[in-house]
Amino acid sequence: MQRMRWRGAATALLAAGSLVLAGCGGGDGQGGGGGTPGASKVEVFSWWTGGGEAKGLEAMVADFKAKHPEIQFVNAAVAGGSGTNAKAVLASRLQANQPPDSFQGHAGAELQDYIKAGQLEELDSFYDENQLRSAFPQQLVDQITFEGHVYSVPVNIHRSNVLWFSPQVLAEAGLSGPPTTVAELISALKQVKQKTKKIPLSLGAQWTADHLFENVLLGDLGVDGYNALWKPGADWSGAPVTKALQDFAEILKYTTTEAASTDWQLAAKNVVDGKAAFNVMGDWTAGYFKELKKTPEKDYKYAAAPGTDGVYLWLSDSFTLPKNAKDRAAALEWLKECASKQGQDLFNPQKGSIPARTDADTSLYKDYLAWALQQWKSSKLAGSFWHGVTANNQWHTDIDTAVGLFLNSRDVGKFQSALVEAAKNDAG
Amino acid sequence: MPASEPALTTGGRRRPAPAAPAGPPRRRRRRRRVRAWLPGLVLLTPSIVAIGVFVYGLIGWNLRLALSSKTTDISPAHFVGLRNFTRLWGEERWNLAVRHAVLFTVVFVGGALLLGWLLALLLDKGMRAEAGFRAVYLFPMAISFIATGIVWRWLMNPAPPERAVGLNALFQRLGLGFLANDWWQNDRWGMAAMAVPAVWQMAGYVMALFLAGFRSVPEDLREAARVDGCSEWQVYRYVVFPQLRPVTLAALIILGHISLKVFDLVVAMSGKQIITDVPAVYMWQMVFDAHNPAKGAAIATYMLLAVAVLILPYLIWTLRSERRS
Repeated sequence: MQRMRWRGAATALLAAGSLVLAGCGGGDGQGGGGGTPGASKVEVFSWWTGGGEAKGLEAMVADFKAKHPEIQFVNAAVAGGSGTNAKAVLASRLQANQPPDSFQGHAGAELQDYIKAGQLEELDSFYDENQLRSAFPQQLVDQITFEGHVYSVPVNIHRSNVLWFSPQVLAEAGLSGPPTTVAELISALKQVKQKTKKIPLSLGAQWTADHLFENVLLGDLGVDGYNALWKPGADWSGAPVTKALQDFAEILKYTTTEAASTDWQLAAKNVVDGKAAFNVMGDWTAGYFKELKKTPEKDYKYAAAPGTDGVYLWLSDSFTLPKNAKDRAAALEWLKECASKQGQDLFNPQKGSIPARTDADTSLYKDYLAWALQQWKSSKLAGSFWHGVTANNQWHTDIDTAVGLFLNSRDVGKFQSALVEAAKNDAG
Repeated sequence: MPASEPALTTGGRRRPAPAAPAGPPRRRRRRRRVRAWLPGLVLLTPSIVAIGVFVYGLIGWNLRLALSSKTTDISPAHFVGLRNFTRLWGEERWNLAVRHAVLFTVVFVGGALLLGWLLALLLDKGMRAEAGFRAVYLFPMAISFIATGIVWRWLMNPAPPERAVGLNALFQRLGLGFLANDWWQNDRWGMAAMAVPAVWQMAGYVMALFLAGFRSVPEDLREAARVDGCSEWQVYRYVVFPQLRPVTLAALIILGHISLKVFDLVVAMSGKQIITDVPAVYMWQMVFDAHNPAKGAAIATYMLLAVAVLILPYLIWTLRSERRS
């Protein structure tokens, strides 16, 4: 007994000791930035660790290194889709006042928490010096301006309002083309259901329903009505919103039974596999279809989501300048690279998105991207709420909760009052 | 953690005989006792301090946050009493999450106890290749809840017959199509299906606990009962089962606390969806997605309380029975 007790105590000591050691180790790793004065170093934080986005980042970094051999580039990417893990890591670094020199974030309201906490520097003069106000569409700059200042540099633009469809399944259902209004969509879905055994509208887990929801809102309310929803004091209780919610409820009746256990990839794949007629998803789907070696026009076709033609429901990855960045000058050089025509033209063809700049080299963008680039220049802009442009984090989560509860209850009245409540509590 | 738990349970059962001889007077005995525990205390101090800071200190800090007005990252943390705690009950989502957690707990704990007990009973009857079966039933425990979740997500896919996969496809292949169902995507009883993989994973462990319990009943007791004319069933009913109470209680506690804070299994199966929302997922979303520290802390406190309600009586009971010996 006695010996056992001693051994237990020794083990406890050892464990405590190794804990302390591990703590020191971590500290050393983080404090490493302080070494060798004079040498310039830029630490860039992102969640681009795989696929086309990592390749795009690599290409842009290679260009940056060629232009600035004196700056050491440190890639502080954290793996995990749409930045879920990365954001948690970033939050702890910001709280410890150990920010990276620049970090990735969705342009728009998603950055509000950082801005309000005073963690970001405004980039107004950077925009002026680099003539970015004229390089980006005016509406884009307006929509990422918060209380009169811009805080991030958009590297790319994705489109949320794309309808992907299978020409084969549409032919089988006797449909001549994609629907162009929400009402047409509903009758097309009905027709697919009656005439084929295919999924009318392929849907995935809850967040893809959020994505579909913003598309139905935009389709029913139009670009001005939609944009007005995200201003402080907006009217979410009116009849137009009710109509959109009813349409959303109706559309959900024609979606995948097993949606909750389907991720967005599988939901999109159903279209190219000829198992589903339609899917509403962002334009990263084009990159995914390319990976699957599917050909546009033959295996799948695309159009603006019903009722949203001429509108670009956009989202964007952007880079920021945190306050207290260790090497502010190097960080500004990195932002310059992100904003440059060359940087954006290196990054975007790999990532499968289009540049935010309107002077991009069009010959680099093929198939879907060629169409997207041309649409970007001619469309009106609306910001995607789900992908962080128009709704701040709290609002975003509250709408997600409302949509999730609605998927269970299908009670339009309750849904609308939850949305009204969310807008009242979280806007601004 | 599991490695230490069997020791916990057998500790309750088989107590060592009191070591101190009954001879010397009280005072001297007490001094000798001090000499026995003092060096131990000194050695343990670092870990006591570490636990004090990193466990109890952080629990305290969490509670302070839960009682504050810090509902965004930047709002000041004024004391607001129980506001965050009471507000939760007005929310549809919170009530749903609690309902889900309770449903999951009932099915998971009940299922794992029953199945584990049954398996142990069968093994106790002395079958051939017992060691092999024991290992087979214990294997699922070696898998993480994440891996289990990913596999069972496919097994319990509720797609209609033309796209069916997993269990539903198996049922159809066997002509048992009527058994095919929505599994965890049923909006009322889905969480019961969510508990199935958890039962699959933990039943073997419960079996091992019960088997140890069965085996610790001395053979002479059973013999005596048999001599007194008990049937085999009566031997179990009146001699063996009553002695399993401590094991059952321990298993209940272990399963219960896993169940009330379930997170990994749910996230692997379904991610952050309301249809399978539980308090742990809700807490995580409030802290990391919505940036609402106070609400997240309030949910965390509720979870701690729920586990405490389960574990405290057990701890008190163990302490008392140890003191008695």
